[in-house]
Amino acid sequence: MSWQRQVLRVNLTTGICKPEPLNMAWAQEYLGTRGLATKYLWENMDPSADPMGPENVLIFATGPLTGTMASTSGRYAVVTKGPLTGAIACSNSGGKFGAELKYAGYDLLLIEGRSEVPVYLLIQDEKVTLEPADEIWGATVWNTEEWIRNKHSNPQLKVATIGVAGEQGVRYAAVINDLHRAAGRSGVGAVMGSKNLKAVATRGTRGVAVKDPVRFMEAANHAKRLLVESSGRAALTKYGTNEMLTTQQAFGGLPTRNFQEVQFEGADKIDGAAMLRTAEDGHRNLVTNKACFGCTIACGRIAHIREDHFTIVNRKEYWHASGGLEYETAFAVGSAVGVDDIDACTFTGYLTNEHGMDPISFGVTLAAAMELYEMGVITKDDTDGVELTFGNAEALTVMAEKTGKQEGFGKILGMGSKRMCEKYGHPELSMSVKGQEFAGYDSRALQGMGLGYATGNRGACHLKHDTFDADYNDQSGKGKAEPCKKSQDRQAAVDSTGVCMFVDWGIKDFAAQIDAACEGDWDAGRLFETGERIWNLERMFNLSAGFTAADDTLPDRLLKEPCPSGTAKGKVNELDKMLPEYYGLRGWTEDGRPTSETLERLGLS
Amino acid sequence: MHKALHIKPELCTGCLQCEMACSFEHEGVFNPARSRIRIFEFEHGRYSVPYTCTQCAEAWCMKACPTDAIIIDHQLGAKVVQAEACVGCKACTLACPFGTVEFNPESGKVDKCDLCGGDPQCVTACPTSAITYIDADSTGIDRMRHWAEKTFVEATQ
Repeated sequence: MSWQRQVLRVNLTTGICKPEPLNMAWAQEYLGTRGLATKYLWENMDPSADPMGPENVLIFATGPLTGTMASTSGRYAVVTKGPLTGAIACSNSGGKFGAELKYAGYDLLLIEGRSEVPVYLLIQDEKVTLEPADEIWGATVWNTEEWIRNKHSNPQLKVATIGVAGEQGVRYAAVINDLHRAAGRSGVGAVMGSKNLKAVATRGTRGVAVKDPVRFMEAANHAKRLLVESSGRAALTKYGTNEMLTTQQAFGGLPTRNFQEVQFEGADKIDGAAMLRTAEDGHRNLVTNKACFGCTIACGRIAHIREDHFTIVNRKEYWHASGGLEYETAFAVGSAVGVDDIDACTFTGYLTNEHGMDPISFGVTLAAAMELYEMGVITKDDTDGVELTFGNAEALTVMAEKTGKQEGFGKILGMGSKRMCEKYGHPELSMSVKGQEFAGYDSRALQGMGLGYATGNRGACHLKHDTFDADYNDQSGKGKAEPCKKSQDRQAAVDSTGVCMFVDWGIKDFAAQIDAACEGDWDAGRLFETGERIWNLERMFNLSAGFTAADDTLPDRLLKEPCPSGTAKGKVNELDKMLPEYYGLRGWTEDGRPTSETLERLGLS
Repeated sequence: MHKALHIKPELCTGCLQCEMACSFEHEGVFNPARSRIRIFEFEHGRYSVPYTCTQCAEAWCMKACPTDAIIIDHQLGAKVVQAEACVGCKACTLACPFGTVEFNPESGKVDKCDLCGGDPQCVTACPTSAITYIDADSTGIDRMRHWAEKTFVEATQ
């Protein structure tokens, strides 16, 4: 139980939608969500396939705890080969779509092939159809969601969709569900677009059962009480994730103006506290906090832009409240581009949701373009006449809209920073790993974060490991490999449960809930082993896709240019010291390949 | 003294723990589609509003039922569907002005809030106390106090 024991396989080339039994042996080895989808991806496609071709497979995956009363149980992941990186992509999202898919009776939705014409997938329990999407091809995320609900006279449909960015192959296009929750990174939305699949709409009425309801409720209630008492949880509820901006500013890890600096003079105008501040005229950016499905934290922000702000003064359609700034958005469309106008940043966040793209990669790509502009490599002739200087709030919002709609210079920005910087002859200005842009932590100030970025299976990513304690404690490469490896394994397991990584539970608290909900004996040790298996399978996918140890690296800016200020002033990232130690701990060869002993130990040989 | 569900939408974050708890209590599985309480969202999630049966004193659902399947739990004041007597005619769903009696196509009968025998599980599950279970004659007291303050204290400052 807890698994629905069913996969929905949709072949867009033939139009056949067919349920099949979930491979329960794989579920016992890979749990759900990230892990199970990785196994299905590995077994169903050639890792060297073109990510934008029909051979790529796109998986929406729930976890065993998705849809249960475990706190934060609304998570699902989109797993595919990512067009931004060419590596495996795994983008996790909240909102209500994931639980609804599971209530419809499916653990995984596996999509293969490519439709000749635009379609959307409609799932109502066992009734599954492909519907023509020509009327909504070209529509925004927000309009698509509304159109589909109206079309079927069913306000209870939950919708995951792409905008124009995904349709037109923006390399970091996102899948957006429930208006502003995103499977955001690595371009999973572009894969959907390449398949001519506009949206997935689902309604489920079957429910989710657990193995031992009494024990499960005890474990879930215990874990919820831990959250009530947690100070970290309390801060997330009050400030959202954007409290981190204050922390990174103080520490000197806040990437600013394309990572040239690590502290931003405008930080206090765009951080979590700024969102809570009431202006003299009574306006406040934050309207309320908001929970995803099952979440007892509610870190989500609902914000409002001043109606007289230049971005929307003549655009009444944006006068409503919508999803507000999270830390990664605030950094990427704030400090990374030098903009301290909270309304402009919030509006840019709206646009990335409305058009379906990852605000991190968009912001960091724009930051690279701004540096190119200030160097004189590109001029107004390239940028549609826009003065693309750091700090220009109008340029930020104009370019967000151009990228979302794929107009003018937005087409260049939609390539991502790596391809764009290579095009202009300055690859060193792309702040990315394996083609994916960094999140809001500078690797010179946070050394373990740098190792996590460099070894990230989906490219630079802050969500697949947690070395904060070690990084705050000591700013050298010493002692970072072990917490990096261990937290990567832990996070891979957590990502495969169906709950959110923002719960600060011990691994045994996860194990107690999974063990009560699912078949099989689950304890902390087994979860760590499962996580390690997942990490290694992702690695094998990437090696088969053509990646090598040479791709586990950081841009020269972080390896050679000394950190300009903050607690790590004068330091560079010590990747050369950390990486060999990390490979050793992983049981990998010097060139970053799992040894046969490692594969055998994890059941991967 | 009867008690009543007291709902403060301004505290609701839209997490749906109440919907899961309700379905778990009545169906033994987590299934918001079968919940007797529902959360509605407006304006991109700015408003999350829980809604359920208010247990009308003069219950139209009960009056409309041709088989007397809806009875009063006198101790709680709840109007309770007797599943064995319900024939699924849906007359009650038409009679209820608020739409809080729902037909369940799986059982062929109707579902409505029964206050969980005096221990409403939506209340227990709510992480923000947006739903509480209080004396039925004081559900308006907070609002009265709020308006008293607004119309007198603030007005005289």
